[in-house]
Amino acid sequence: MSTTTMTFTRTPAEEATARAMSRRRRVMDQIIRLFCIGATLVGLFFLASILFTLLVKGLPRLDLITFTREFQPTTYGDDTAPLGGLLHAILGTLVQSGMGVLIGVPIGILVGTYLSEYAKGTALGNAVRFVSDVLLSAPSVLVGLFVYQLVVLPTGGFSAIAGSIALAILVIPVVVRTTEDMLQLLPNTLREAVIGLGAPKWKMITLVAYRAALSGIVTGVLLAFARIAGETAPLLLTSFGNNVVSWNLGNAMGSLPIAIYQQANSGFPDLIAVAWTGALIVTLGVLAINITARLFLARRK
Amino acid sequence: MSMTDTTPASGFGGIQARNDAGVTAEPRISVRNLDFYYGPTLPKALKGINFDLPARQVTGMIGPSGCGKSTLLRVLNRMYSLYNGQRAEGEVLMDGRNMLDPKIDLNELRSRIGMVFQKPTPFPMTIWENIAFGIRLHEKLSKADMAVRIEWALTRAAIWNEVKDRLHTSAMGLSGGQQQRLCIARSIAVRPEVILLDEPTSALDPISTLKIEELIDELKRDFTIAIVTHNMQQAARCADQVAFFYLGELIEVAPAGQMFTAPKHQKTQEYITGRFG
Amino acid sequence: MSATTSDTVSRRSAGATGDLVFAWLCKGAGLLVLLLLGGIIITLFLGGLPAFREFGLGFLFSTEWNPVEGRERYGAAVAVSGTIFSSLLAIAFAVPLAFGIAFYLTELAPQWLRRPVGIAIELLAAVPSIIFGMWGLFVLVPFVQQKIQFTIGMELATIPLIGVIFDSNNYAGTSIFAAALVIAIMIIPFIAATMRDVFEQVPAVYKESAYGLGATRWEVVRNVVLPYTRVSVVGGIMLGLGRALGETMAVTFVIGNANRMAGSIFDATTTIASVVAMEFPESLAGSLKQSSLFALGFILFVISFIVLAVSRWLLHSRMKG
Repeated sequence: MSTTTMTFTRTPAEEATARAMSRRRRVMDQIIRLFCIGATLVGLFFLASILFTLLVKGLPRLDLITFTREFQPTTYGDDTAPLGGLLHAILGTLVQSGMGVLIGVPIGILVGTYLSEYAKGTALGNAVRFVSDVLLSAPSVLVGLFVYQLVVLPTGGFSAIAGSIALAILVIPVVVRTTEDMLQLLPNTLREAVIGLGAPKWKMITLVAYRAALSGIVTGVLLAFARIAGETAPLLLTSFGNNVVSWNLGNAMGSLPIAIYQQANSGFPDLIAVAWTGALIVTLGVLAINITARLFLARRK
Repeated sequence: MSMTDTTPASGFGGIQARNDAGVTAEPRISVRNLDFYYGPTLPKALKGINFDLPARQVTGMIGPSGCGKSTLLRVLNRMYSLYNGQRAEGEVLMDGRNMLDPKIDLNELRSRIGMVFQKPTPFPMTIWENIAFGIRLHEKLSKADMAVRIEWALTRAAIWNEVKDRLHTSAMGLSGGQQQRLCIARSIAVRPEVILLDEPTSALDPISTLKIEELIDELKRDFTIAIVTHNMQQAARCADQVAFFYLGELIEVAPAGQMFTAPKHQKTQEYITGRFG
Repeated sequence: MSATTSDTVSRRSAGATGDLVFAWLCKGAGLLVLLLLGGIIITLFLGGLPAFREFGLGFLFSTEWNPVEGRERYGAAVAVSGTIFSSLLAIAFAVPLAFGIAFYLTELAPQWLRRPVGIAIELLAAVPSIIFGMWGLFVLVPFVQQKIQFTIGMELATIPLIGVIFDSNNYAGTSIFAAALVIAIMIIPFIAATMRDVFEQVPAVYKESAYGLGATRWEVVRNVVLPYTRVSVVGGIMLGLGRALGETMAVTFVIGNANRMAGSIFDATTTIASVVAMEFPESLAGSLKQSSLFALGFILFVISFIVLAVSRWLLHSRMKG
């Protein structure tokens, strides 16, 4: 029988085999399905466990003292000693992260603009995009080492300036990515319409394109701030930490992550409790900014 | 006996149906009172559909875009079940069983009712693996039997001669028309009883289209076929029975010859003469 | 007439100057990014040069870390192997879970659940490293110690040949295993998000073709979706690996920070990033120790640069194709 005329019909035995196979295949499918649901639950469980732990251990010291006082040594063995707070650390984080954003965001926006509006398809543009993407995931502790060599050593000591520069370097790639992505979403007709009115390109970009892409750029800035507000390792090597409120940018400055790090490792229960409260503040702050950024972007879409 | 032999009567818009011998075969699939919803809050996409797919014949499904013809195809092999919220009511009967029953084994159902899509969809693997993929789901074949089956499927899909020397190269390297015939081969390799074709030639050039149409004519000896098409000529050339859909309703179903020469409904007549759609 | 002409000309030239200045500002910022990368490589290398000079290639293979004055000897072997093994172990934990999450979010979850669950998983990536460290130390480490090392671990340790992997005389709970677990949790969101994004790019009609042949969801993902996306999936895993290699604070809390080669997954050891974070702030400027830490940083940068570059190349080739 030649294959062209051959007709295959299923025999009852084959039907039975297919049914048996189908049963086994559906069981396998169910197993994988359960595994995937389980994996997702495990992921969610970790987030829930972290938040739960932070709340349980951080809430007891979420009081006025924490927000209004500087560091105090442990009260262990001396109940009359004053409780310490995190004022120095909160201010330090706001100052350094704020400066990091202030330095990093303009540079990041310019780089993103360069990639989207000037360097599309050029070798230099591709190189910049590549390097920026690598820096986005590069170990932040190495940025700390870099700034130590670049700023701390020449200026003779740890300083808030050095910390801010380290954070700014971490801000840049985040802002580059969101800025470029957002500018790319703009239709070319918008650009042409503005140029068609006789506006120079730079005005087209600064007056129209940025405004149209504003929500995306703001999202990038918020995400960048959230990222650096929790950074510890680079600050350890640049602004080092300080136990009192300092407004001198040329001196070492405290920050929440560093305060958490030091007090968590102190071994004294009262200091560890403050560390948990600091951890709670940082995490809630960072997550709130993240959610805000997403809402901001979602509203736009 | 057959009208085509004596009177090649020209239909509306010059469309000629070749297969107008009338539809006499037993129904392979019967659709009864079928309603379909794309979502809980959306209006009915199919309203009270009743019709039969005659065994070993080609049913052409025509109508303007969004009329429900592709939706019906996706109901017949329960493709809609993949998506949350999509729901069908009524009956799709095959061998006395309602295919809409939630207890139906979808793997088995889809091995009996194959589907070929608008765009060729070769999987990112070799030609051989593409065909073997579907077979392996339902059967355990020896290597020799597998080779026979694959040759049979590719031969039936009229592509064997073009690919027999390159079975182990990637299917992505084939031309669009070859890819579509490969997809048909992949579908028939599973030995379905019914093949659903969703505008199978709309992405192809005229020569590839012609090959697929010839292939459909050849395949109906063994398979019950439903083909959704935008192209009236194609429906006329391929189909034994034609169903016209409009706004989710089945307006008219008739043997192809009758449909293109003497449609009963005003809407059908307007559509096939090109007054809308 | 002439006034209008000169007005137009001056306006145009002002626009042209502005264009030139702005274009160069943008380009300058772009060059600054390149300079940053170059600067990081060069400063790390120069900082590490005295150590490289002192110890030569032996630095890479020495397990010594002795800061005692007069007998100072430093080697990278422990930190480098700790970095690599903890990261690989983390990848082994993270990839199946991340795949499960991505599969769930693209194929299994009801539509209304996809976005909130997706966001929750992404938020996990936003939690700062140090928080993972604290949580790891106070919650995960006791769990690992009591429920894994002292029970399953001790059982497994009795198996001939492979038992040594689980046999440890470190009972503190802080270990390469705990570190890998924490790192895994931290990189899951990155891998899962990449996988989800590329899974979603597979055209529905390809998946439907496979379903049309009677394939189950798992068969469709294994035979169509994964082959279709494998390059990007590997890219996503490499991205996770790149992040794992440089993870610092979380690891510092839970790995035990011991300059010992880990023979067992329950041994304490250290990683490059952890050593740098722990020891650099208290090292003296210009000391051999500080130089050795720079040298370690240089090695870490080279490793993670390669991994991240490969990751980006893989993820990018998909966008072009």
